[in-house]
Amino acid sequence: MSSATKINWFRFASPPAFYPLAGQLWTLFTVLAVGFAAVGLWISFFVAPTDAQQGEGYRIIFIHVPAAWMAMFLYVVMAFWSAVGLVFNVRLASMLASAIAPTGALFALLALWTGALWGKPMWGAWWVWDARLTSTLILFFLYLGFLALQAAIDDPRRADRAGAVIALVGVVNVPIIYFSVKWWNTLHQGASVSVTRSPSMASLMLWGMLLMVMACWMYAAAAAMSRVRSIILERERHADWVKDAVAQSR
Amino acid sequence: MQWHSLGEFFAMGGYAVYVWGSFGATLVALLAEVVLLRARRRKALRVAAMPQDLMP
Repeated sequence: MSSATKINWFRFASPPAFYPLAGQLWTLFTVLAVGFAAVGLWISFFVAPTDAQQGEGYRIIFIHVPAAWMAMFLYVVMAFWSAVGLVFNVRLASMLASAIAPTGALFALLALWTGALWGKPMWGAWWVWDARLTSTLILFFLYLGFLALQAAIDDPRRADRAGAVIALVGVVNVPIIYFSVKWWNTLHQGASVSVTRSPSMASLMLWGMLLMVMACWMYAAAAAMSRVRSIILERERHADWVKDAVAQSR
Repeated sequence: MQWHSLGEFFAMGGYAVYVWGSFGATLVALLAEVVLLRARRRKALRVAAMPQDLMP
């Protein structure tokens, strides 16, 4: 590849360059989210067969597992951009971390909520102080801590640094959640979809779940792109390029 | 397809409260986030369009 055809990716670390790109990415992720959700929901409700043990109640996993995965994944992504922002002093990286946090918190809450609605009929309890559940609750509180801390500090760069500390300290909780079902004798089952059962059945359930994961992932990406655009406008509101961008979008 | 009627679909084999409570809450939460995102964008655009001396 010649240097003339190479894209200078670092160019997009600058808010004026990233702002229009984020707009295009928002469109792409929104279209993908709607497409994956349409197929994923179709499989979840009309193609995937009834579970032999859990009846129709098992269909909660089609939203519970994607929400739980996203809650963990988005935290890692948030911590990554926080670290980039902190170490290399890149403002846009910190803005991305802030843009991801509310969506991550939402998915953590949904993982807990749908888990409770699964637990009541299957375990007979909305909540147990089990390692998996407790560490997911801590994940939700870490998101809330990040958001509350950033909201409490007026200077954006100080808020970025303070948030990055919470994000980086809290990231150790993610492998704890992931391995909690192995490390402790928990009530929460290990794998949601058994591959030892009838193979075609398991694969249909797995496909439904993976498509729902893709839908949630693309939704989260679209939400983060939309939010980071607002954050850029809010923080760069005095810059000349913002005036031009705003004039164009009207 | 395992549903023989619309009623059967909504009944979810007796798990209606749990299944629809999960998917319904997710739908409401995501729609609420979309509304908030739109409101934040509109506000950010409104503020950015203000003259410098009037900006918060």
